[in-house]
Amino acid sequence: MGISSGEGPGFITTKLERAVGWARKYSIFQYPFVTACCGMEYMSVASSHYDIDRFGAGLPRFSPRQADVLFVVGTISHKIAPILRRVYDQMCEPKWVVAFGVCTCTGGFYNNYATVQGIDTIIPVDIYIPGCPPRPEAVLDGLMKLQAKIEKQKQFY
Amino acid sequence: MTTAPAAPEIRSMLLNIGPSHPAMHGVIRLITELEGERVMKVEAEIGYLHRAFEKSCENSTWIQAIPYTDRLNYVSPLINNFGYCGAVEKLLGIEITDRCRYIRVIMSEISRITDHLTCVAASAMELGAMTAFLYLMKAREYLYEIVEEVTGARLTISYGRVGGVKSDLPEGIGGRIEKALQGVEQELLEVDKLLTRNRIFYDRTRDVGVLTREDAVGYGITGPMLRASGVSYDVRKNYPYFAYDRVEFDVPLGERGDSYDRYLVRMEEMRQSIRITRQALRDMPGGPVNVDAEGRVIQSAELVDGAKMGRTAGLANVISTVDPTLEGTERPYHQRIYPDEKAVVLPSKENTYGNIEGLMNHFKLIMDYHGVRPPGGDTYFPVEGANGELGFYVVSDGKDRPYRVRVRPPCFFNMAVLHKMLEGWMVADIVATFGSINMIAGELDR
Repeated sequence: MGISSGEGPGFITTKLERAVGWARKYSIFQYPFVTACCGMEYMSVASSHYDIDRFGAGLPRFSPRQADVLFVVGTISHKIAPILRRVYDQMCEPKWVVAFGVCTCTGGFYNNYATVQGIDTIIPVDIYIPGCPPRPEAVLDGLMKLQAKIEKQKQFY
Repeated sequence: MTTAPAAPEIRSMLLNIGPSHPAMHGVIRLITELEGERVMKVEAEIGYLHRAFEKSCENSTWIQAIPYTDRLNYVSPLINNFGYCGAVEKLLGIEITDRCRYIRVIMSEISRITDHLTCVAASAMELGAMTAFLYLMKAREYLYEIVEEVTGARLTISYGRVGGVKSDLPEGIGGRIEKALQGVEQELLEVDKLLTRNRIFYDRTRDVGVLTREDAVGYGITGPMLRASGVSYDVRKNYPYFAYDRVEFDVPLGERGDSYDRYLVRMEEMRQSIRITRQALRDMPGGPVNVDAEGRVIQSAELVDGAKMGRTAGLANVISTVDPTLEGTERPYHQRIYPDEKAVVLPSKENTYGNIEGLMNHFKLIMDYHGVRPPGGDTYFPVEGANGELGFYVVSDGKDRPYRVRVRPPCFFNMAVLHKMLEGWMVADIVATFGSINMIAGELDR
């Protein structure tokens, strides 16, 4: 590039990266991996009262191939854990994971033989939203944090 | 050597649906055998949300088990709470107060409406009716606001207590409940217009997924599914509990037992629940308690604020609240919602914070290896959950922890009969029929 000089990315490259980050932040196609109680709050967030569409995340895709963000909503038992891993593996880069609710963060109060003690033992997690279940406001807060993360990180395109 | 040409081979195809499938609510797997598009055989695999409910209960005290019951049927947690508390009360042989009975009826019915709203919304959305979903979620939000005001949480509320409820209803809640119910009625009218005579919805659900009367009874189905098949059985009518024998309501019945009938039964049950809630609010004993020196009703939070600013004139004789977060648990409320059973019921907050006997009583109930101790024995207590008869079978060996808490979840039986409702129909009907069952994995897998 003519404008860049010396080491490091040039002017156009950095500006392009910021533009891509901005665009990606507002086009979150989510895959809701809904298993349990948190799904009720997920439905509340998705419908008109809290309106997740304001953040460009209103369109759930039920195919992992079309999704950018994996929302893991609800308790993950050892029986469903391999399926979660498989869904995650099927998603294309760039991808992010949101742990929705305390069961996905740490296992919550299901500290027993059946429950995975936090999904970060299976897949990497970007944003943790605690709460049992989290209030819709907490979910939106987590989503905004994810947006900030998406915008700031190095973009591959 | 030549052989005769073989007859054309009919091969069936195995199709796996779920567990990660939008129509399977995330946690159930159907293994179907298809011939063309026709479903020949269905096998449901369950257990993807097994969270060790029974084991967790056995490892906690009688009171600590209450939060686990919230998460059984997480669409109507209040009913689960009250069902468990009712079972323990029956084991202990204590009678709850009249006002508490009515509070439980009101909150159960609000919960039932949210459950049916969610079921109709989800099944409509799975058939493509996104608008109906959004309208019904709006209605549910009205009720969640009420639930939050009463219990402090939207969903997992832990509002039931052995011997009563966490706290009394807030002052002036009646008007706000009435407003929310009117909102719900409005949305129900809208959805009725959108769905009931909608050609697409009608064709997809009418005479699809038929459950005969004999099968429904034979498989132990209860709740809206049984009533849609034309059998009049409702725990609220047949074995009345709390205050259900003092309110009037009808039990809607279906005729054909198809998905459309199940939809209609649910819609009518919501209207009946609204009717029950109104009656219970009208008949509930006990008026306002938190009054100021001149006898006017005041909110406890205002009282505390006033005291902070020095407005204490005449407050010495006022029955006041210690802390707004403890609202509804002070002495006057306490007498209305709890029976006089020191071995079971936590003392009122004035007593806990104000005198040593109250404090000791509190800790005797809270500390490990003390707590509520029902006498040895077992009992079964059914309530009408949103999906059917939700029964709690509790066994005590006289210790502070349950020996066993067995739940009779309505969904489990619904899933057992699923194959009868799906076999012989098209693949596309699986979604419509499955949606009308209202499978809740929390209580199915426990």
